[in-house]
Amino acid sequence: MKVTLKIWRQADAASKGAMHTYEVDEVSPDMSFLEMLDVLNERLNAQGEEPIAFDSDCREGICGMCGLMINGEAHGPEVTTTCQLHMRTFKDGDTITIEPWRSDAFPVVKDLCVDRGALDRIIQSGGYISVNTGAAPDAHAVPVPKDKADRAFDVATCIGCGACVAACPNGSASLFVGAKVTHLGELPQGQAERDRRVVNMIGQHDHEGFGGCTNIGECTAACPKEIPLDVISRLNWDLHAALRHGK
Amino acid sequence: MTAEKDTVLDMTDLTQSPEADSPEAHSPDDEPNDAAGYYADGTPLIDKKTPTGPIDERWENRKFNARLAAPANRRNLSVIIVGTGLAGASAAATLGEAGYVVKSFCYQDSPRRAHSIAAQGGINAAKNYKGDGDSVHRLFYDTVKGGDYRSRESNVDRLAEISRNIIDQCVAQGVPFAREYGGLLDNRSFGGVQVSRTFYARGQTGQQLLIGAYQALERQVAAGTVETFTRHEMLELVMVDGKARGIIARDMVTGEIETHLADVVVLASGGYGNVYFLSTNAMGCNVTATWRAHRKGAYMANPCYTQIHPTCIPVSGEHQSKLTLMSESLRNDGRIWVPKNREDCDKDPRDIPEDDRDYYLERIYPAFGNLVPRDIASRQAKNVCDEGRGVGPLVGDFRRGVYLDFTEAIERMGKEAVEEKYGNLFDMYAQITGEDPYEVPMRIYPAVHYVMGGLWVDYDLQSTIPGLFVTGEANFSDHGANRLGASALMQGLGDGYFVLPNTVRDYLADGPFEKIDEDHPDVVAARAAVEQRINKLLTINGDRSVDSFHRELGHIMWEYCGMERTAEGLRKGIDLIRSLREEFWRNVKVLGSAESLNQSLEKAGRVADFFELGELMCIDALHRRESCGGHFRAESQTEDGEALRDDEHYSYVAAWEFSDDGEPPVLHQEHLVYTAIEMKQRSYK
Ligand SMILES: Cc1cc2nc3c(=O)[nH]c(=O)nc-3n(C[C@H](O)[C@H](O)[C@H](O)COP(=O)(O)OP(=O)(O)OC[C@H]3O[C@@H](n4cnc5c(N)ncnc54)[C@H](O)[C@@H]3O)c2cc1C
Ligand code: SF4
Ligand code: FES
Repeated sequence: MKVTLKIWRQADAASKGAMHTYEVDEVSPDMSFLEMLDVLNERLNAQGEEPIAFDSDCREGICGMCGLMINGEAHGPEVTTTCQLHMRTFKDGDTITIEPWRSDAFPVVKDLCVDRGALDRIIQSGGYISVNTGAAPDAHAVPVPKDKADRAFDVATCIGCGACVAACPNGSASLFVGAKVTHLGELPQGQAERDRRVVNMIGQHDHEGFGGCTNIGECTAACPKEIPLDVISRLNWDLHAALRHGK
Repeated sequence: MTAEKDTVLDMTDLTQSPEADSPEAHSPDDEPNDAAGYYADGTPLIDKKTPTGPIDERWENRKFNARLAAPANRRNLSVIIVGTGLAGASAAATLGEAGYVVKSFCYQDSPRRAHSIAAQGGINAAKNYKGDGDSVHRLFYDTVKGGDYRSRESNVDRLAEISRNIIDQCVAQGVPFAREYGGLLDNRSFGGVQVSRTFYARGQTGQQLLIGAYQALERQVAAGTVETFTRHEMLELVMVDGKARGIIARDMVTGEIETHLADVVVLASGGYGNVYFLSTNAMGCNVTATWRAHRKGAYMANPCYTQIHPTCIPVSGEHQSKLTLMSESLRNDGRIWVPKNREDCDKDPRDIPEDDRDYYLERIYPAFGNLVPRDIASRQAKNVCDEGRGVGPLVGDFRRGVYLDFTEAIERMGKEAVEEKYGNLFDMYAQITGEDPYEVPMRIYPAVHYVMGGLWVDYDLQSTIPGLFVTGEANFSDHGANRLGASALMQGLGDGYFVLPNTVRDYLADGPFEKIDEDHPDVVAARAAVEQRINKLLTINGDRSVDSFHRELGHIMWEYCGMERTAEGLRKGIDLIRSLREEFWRNVKVLGSAESLNQSLEKAGRVADFFELGELMCIDALHRRESCGGHFRAESQTEDGEALRDDEHYSYVAAWEFSDDGEPPVLHQEHLVYTAIEMKQRSYK
């Protein structure tokens, strides 16, 4: 099959970018979306045009490195990561627009690559349990009810890709923060720091320039790991509890 | 064989004269030497750091004898750690907690994206929570046996011992392992063993463990002990006075070449399976960090030991950029088969009656069945496909796939239970192939997955370069010629949380060290070499893309240094690699500039190093005229086609020293001595 691509190109953070149009033939439905871009890049290289920069690493949907706005949707039309999107989702003759994540907190680095360092800094502000190496009790010392452990796991599957931010009209990272606060808050090990954690993480979130949550739900619709919207209710609940406790 | 060559470095504390302790040394008189002329013989290598005495007291002794650095001094001692996977992140966090000044590097945009994130199946630990007879000794035994008696026993015993602490640490960090209804941790079993000792978090164990280590790392960043450098690629090791003192790294966004100096350098840069182009590794996995160190004097051990994983999704087309693993845990409940008759190979598998199916692993290995170690499962899959009984699309003249069938498991456990255990793997399979594995058996085929080879390290995880430590998949230490499932995560975290902090501490106790300046001539030279190389790559301006060279190299490696190796094939492979490498340096086309994000330039540097590595892998495979673990030499097999080890000649670690470009590498043998386990021919029948 054959597709027309409209792709955002931008030399670096300081330059202005623009959309460029490319045609790609001989696309097979079994190709992944990024393999289709690989094919385009091989051709550009042969023609003497610099290949398009885009991020990816694991290409199996788990590292969170990839992430493109495809036809205006974060990671494209399916509930998956960009690297796991396959060309069988598209039709022969389709025109596809490809842009980087759009958010004030994620400046463009080049073409389709953005800087998501803000998410790391949110984790630094409290997304952990403080336990030094070697100081841990036996793993069976504290049983964890299965439903709690399962719930913690489900929300801990967030891959930190930033699609929730890109999809949100307010550019909020509340789903990402809510997922971490819920993961650690479900577990007995996470209780001691629960109040501090939520206050500090939300503080850092706002400081980084992410917007506030107005419960639109675009984030959860775009999330490749289907992190549920109720982690944001949990986030708010924990924040109120912390404020009540005077934190 | 060429004349004996002395080590270039000051290796006085690592080597000793050949006559002292090498009765089984490979000698040219009694064995044909397939690799004559491809390498030179060097002096034997001795690991002087392993304590003597009863095996289960060695680690305790080493820890006790490791010297201490007073907390007040630690702020003046600095450590560079390249890599933020399980091995690197755990070490950075722990050394940061101890108060050292740590700089942590990764090439991705966040430390959380290291390829450890992709590990699915689980992590082993000798907790014996199931009461099924597991113990530290049994884990030790299984690992040495699984590695086909080509690992260092003291290291493996230590690993088995600390495995228990790893689980405790991870649970305390909030890693959400699978649990039973009583709230206690659940376990599953994995290939090559008969107990349930694998801890897991659905099919995403690596992700959950890495996030635990990443969070511990970020906590130290907040505490000011660790500084992270993301999108930074190490391109050279800085050595001053024979010691590792820093790295040259490229800021991948601005292109700036940066010098970072420290008292110790730790490489936790992962595996080099990407030399095969198609593998289950991430796109950026590379050998550059370790290869640069190798060129500066760190020996590379057993580079040909490659693990080819039996349960991957088969290749679907020529544009494929990577292969995807399906966790080996699937072999617990799925049954592997091919049709008995070739005529059935293109039929719908559901229409093939039970009697016409060959569950070949269950047939050949009744004791272990579908749970035989990876090397065996992979080779048997290749064998049945070579016989013309493979399934799926024709690739060349053969169908390269076998069925992994869950029909019986779904009947026995119910679809819900199967979904609970393997749901995300099934989803992934459906996403990639467009087929529904709950309805149709999956198709799988072996793919390159892991490398047991890596930089040689002593018991302290220190390489042959003083001050250069190597951890995780980047070193060669614990898995011999074949790694058991769920043991790499154990090793990465064991190295980083528990081993390295003790052994680096001992090294640093000699500090404070002389301060080095950025304009020290050795530092300036290292930096200039990096700049020259980048400039060279950007100015060749030939006709072929980096990827086209990489693909071709990968094809050569898979064909001649893959699942089955022969002397003739390996020699041919070496020739092909040499001429392709020569063409690369003449004809590669890398566009863009050095001063900005340039992904072609990044790839070009990595592929350039893969050429050199690939050649050494072939030489290593050629010189080892035995089959062991993942290394199968067609010339060395039993009557029924099983790998045949040759302990008399090859029970050593092959540690290779780099000579000048164009000069043959020098082989140093570290003889393996087993006191706590008896060497046996492996049998899983
Ligand atoms: C798909 C898959 C599934 C697996 N499943 C399992 C499993 O179930 N159980 C198990 O035990 N093992 C499993 N393994 C093996 C295991 O995951 C790896 O061996 C292990 O995670 C490697 O960890 P590491 O820390 O050594 O390296 P990695 O996690 O690969 O980290 C390497 C780090 O080094 C950095 N780096 C590399 N080169 C450079 C450079 N030049 N400059 C700067 N930084 C650099 C990278 O950025 C990264 O941070 C699996 C492997 C794969 C590929
Ligand atoms: S919550 Fe979902 S969309 Fe947001 S970073 Fe995590 S995985 Fe990505
Ligand atoms: S490349 Fe890793 S999630 Fe897409």
